[in-house]
Amino acid sequence: MRQAVLIFSKEFKDYFISPIAYIVIAIFLLVTGWLFFSTFFIFGQVELRRFFDLLPFLFALVVPIITMRLFSEELNVGSYEILLTLPVTFLDIILGKFMAGVAFVAAILLPTLAYPIFISFLGTLDWGVVLGSYLGSLLLGAAYVAIGLFASSLTRNQIIACIVGMVICATLAIIDKMLFFFPQSILDVAVYLSSAIHFENVAKGIIDTRDILYFLSIAFIGLYATHLVMQEKK
Amino acid sequence: MIHAENLTKYYNAFCAVDGINFEIEKGEIIGLLGPNGAGKTTTLRMLTGYFAPSSGDIRIKDVSVRENPLAAKNLIGYLPESAPLYKGMLVYDYLDHIAKIRGLTGDAKNKRLRELADKCGLHGIMHKTIETLSKGLKQRVGLAHAMMSDPEILVLDEPTSGLDPNQIVEIREIIRRIGEEKTVILSTHILSEAEATCDRIVIINKGRIIADGSTRDIKTQNGQADQIQVTLLQTDFEAVRSQLESVKGVRKVQPMPAESPDHLKIGVTCQELSDPRADLYAAIKATDWVLIDFHQEAKTLETIFRELTREN
Repeated sequence: MRQAVLIFSKEFKDYFISPIAYIVIAIFLLVTGWLFFSTFFIFGQVELRRFFDLLPFLFALVVPIITMRLFSEELNVGSYEILLTLPVTFLDIILGKFMAGVAFVAAILLPTLAYPIFISFLGTLDWGVVLGSYLGSLLLGAAYVAIGLFASSLTRNQIIACIVGMVICATLAIIDKMLFFFPQSILDVAVYLSSAIHFENVAKGIIDTRDILYFLSIAFIGLYATHLVMQEKK
Repeated sequence: MIHAENLTKYYNAFCAVDGINFEIEKGEIIGLLGPNGAGKTTTLRMLTGYFAPSSGDIRIKDVSVRENPLAAKNLIGYLPESAPLYKGMLVYDYLDHIAKIRGLTGDAKNKRLRELADKCGLHGIMHKTIETLSKGLKQRVGLAHAMMSDPEILVLDEPTSGLDPNQIVEIREIIRRIGEEKTVILSTHILSEAEATCDRIVIINKGRIIADGSTRDIKTQNGQADQIQVTLLQTDFEAVRSQLESVKGVRKVQPMPAESPDHLKIGVTCQELSDPRADLYAAIKATDWVLIDFHQEAKTLETIFRELTREN
């Protein structure tokens, strides 16, 4: 576990060495701020629901950009060989990189705390709901990070890793709007797979174990798939 | 120290390493030689735990690479080909990170970093970004990385490839210094390098070991005897031949293409394990021939290597 923490701290610091981190954060804040506040005063309600509603799809575009380099860059430069010949296990590597990705998602969400703070001046804001929604957002982020990590482990090309990650995440995010494509028999499965539907409750501030279980399962599947890919490369 | 048994690696259907066995003693500097694609890197990667062998096993101090890869990795310092270090990091940050992963902390870590900076000459570059370093400097950082935990075994894949002659000499010097205390395994396709730095040479071709021994052993095993070349001024070949073939230890005297028409150049093939140079000189001295050149053409590792690894 010590090794995983070391890999985590290296990867997390790495994010802030390159300018990509700051660009991603800036664009994310710009887009969410605009999309959220452009309708906020029309609805005239002191709640963040419409902000959180944006996240399943926005994260599907942003998170793969965060995770694309985690394995692809190492594979491309060859430092993957160095990493694997250090006394660390696959689990250390995967968890370290995964935690770094989740921590960066948290770093992206951190400035958005300004929204509830400003809104709270306009009326009474239910902080419990806000807290629950932020926790749920982290879970959503973690699930997407795991998928992005898996996509990154597949290829040495960061662009491909990013696109594969986006396709999988975006599929989960918009599948609930595509239900008319599915035959009746697998409709329930398609609905269950939708990250947007599971996130709806979260956005309302309701923490349901079924939703938590969904996000944790997606994260676990992503990480396990990454493990399988690493095993295969060996 | 290291014991490889029936080591095999398949990439899908392609057999990169084909059931090789070797034994490496403590304190040896081993050179792994072979043409490109012979299986050198694959062998080193299995040794260092990057690849799992398709079959067979390596035991390092009785630790199986297969069963206990983590313990085996702790015994080995490894520098892959062309030192693929994290490009964006500062040299200090990088070595600090590796030190922590190798389990060093606090004063012990700082002391080790200082030692390595001395050993590998890194003092001036600790605060530079790795991607801005020249290949030679990067290789030195890579060596420091490999030696971080003061491992008993050091594995270096093509440590001097892509370096200029001065850098090659520097790196070789460092390797030789390390080799005084450690077991060093390096791969190369530069033969003079293997000859200059290694105690023992293992030649690999198409995934199999085709020669194993000290440079001298390999030369005597695979060479016919050495040839002595003599150049004389304005002399008749037949006379020379009858004179020199009667010398003890000489097997055959042949004419060779000379540099100028006045010269007569001959090649004297000796019998196995004989050195008739003194007798030859005495025989020439007894005549009135003018001797211009007299030298022994040792069979180089290069020729042996080519003979061993040639197609068919």
